[in-house]
Amino acid sequence: MVRKLLEGDRRAAARAITLVEDQVDVSTQLMKLVYPHARKSMVVGVTGSGGSGKSSLINHLIRLFRQQSRRVGVVAVDPSSPFSGGALLGDRIRFQAHSMDEGVYIRSMGSRGYLGGLARSTSDVVRIMEAMGNDVVIVETLGAGQDEVDIIHVAQTCLLVLTPNMGDDIQAMKAGIMEIADIIVLNKADLDGANFCLRSLETAIHYGMADREGGWVPKVIPTIAAAPRSEELKGIDDLVRTIDAHQDYLRKSRAIDEVQAKRVEQELGLVFKDEVQKFIFRGLKGTGKKRQYIRAILEGKTDPYSVVEEVLGTFLKV
Amino acid sequence: MGKEKVKVIISKVGLDGHDRGAKVVATLLKEAGMEVVYLGMYQTAEGIVKAAVDEDADVIGLSYLSGEHLVFTPKIVEEMERVGLDDVLFIVGGSFPPEDIPAMKEMGVDEVFRGGSLTESIVQYIRKNVRKQG
Repeated sequence: MVRKLLEGDRRAAARAITLVEDQVDVSTQLMKLVYPHARKSMVVGVTGSGGSGKSSLINHLIRLFRQQSRRVGVVAVDPSSPFSGGALLGDRIRFQAHSMDEGVYIRSMGSRGYLGGLARSTSDVVRIMEAMGNDVVIVETLGAGQDEVDIIHVAQTCLLVLTPNMGDDIQAMKAGIMEIADIIVLNKADLDGANFCLRSLETAIHYGMADREGGWVPKVIPTIAAAPRSEELKGIDDLVRTIDAHQDYLRKSRAIDEVQAKRVEQELGLVFKDEVQKFIFRGLKGTGKKRQYIRAILEGKTDPYSVVEEVLGTFLKV
Repeated sequence: MGKEKVKVIISKVGLDGHDRGAKVVATLLKEAGMEVVYLGMYQTAEGIVKAAVDEDADVIGLSYLSGEHLVFTPKIVEEMERVGLDDVLFIVGGSFPPEDIPAMKEMGVDEVFRGGSLTESIVQYIRKNVRKQG
């Protein structure tokens, strides 16, 4: 399966992604084989609130990247229901123009209860898409609020999509999602209030981030990503040029090394957490100890912190 | 080894612009705990099957309300066969003459749910017949 995946076979890739998404045991083996082949792609993250136009913008990004004959992979995350566990994955509907293009591979994912704007396995899925031979991988977060910023650990270039009238200049000055953008896209720029919003954003950048020494100063690009006639679209070419400019900056300044290192650090942390937990629970399985611990905590004899300390003490003693 | 979640493609095909039924079914399946990729209207047979491949979907569900069911059904089946989706369920819903159902099943549709079908019957059918991966 991995060999076919590396040749770009979409069914093999699709099956591999399912295994990784379901976190079945073989997925660890799979990722070991995929990982060495996954280092070359440009990874672009797109985040912003639900309805801001992320998918519609990505639709045009795909179009322009394809005009340059670049192969494109898209991972689009939508929220899973906390009640049923189901999900309505509705990003693909915006990518219909590319539904027959063999050079585009799109995968929708439910967040499956994972916080941060992505799914637990999104980072692995991006690795698989890189290994498939995609030149560009675009990662779309679910509709993110102020603090769903995991995308910075996955993407090299981060786009934050905003629309006019979402708040005043104080909103633009806040921490969290406003800070992670390399490029801020002000979509629906034909709406009233767009000019005021543009000025607020540029001012916030000017006071907050423009003094990064030799660094990249976030750019604001006004766009119109959906319009009845294609000549009414706006800012898309500019956006692609700015993405490429940011990538150039990362490579020339060697800042890309730091971005890659951060990504690996994040992956390492996640894998560690999962594997240690799996290892310990596997060790406790069948001993009845987990239930004993829970009862002891409920009876007030101990607490979760002491239990974990004790369990780790026994398991990790060499 | 079953999959963690059942993944369903819900789509319409051709120029049929009646999407209420497809949206209702998509919502019901979401509430039944499935992951539903909603493709919306004006899709092609090739595009729907390609989406099913990319998404590693277990089920393709199509909604017809404009009398195109005998035109597009064979195209979908043909395309599924061409790319080798032999373990994916193909179900159809919507509004069409009941006497066309045998023909649709003959063409390769796994199950048909006309307007008025109980939602629970769709969910149960999928749960019972969805592929079990080895």
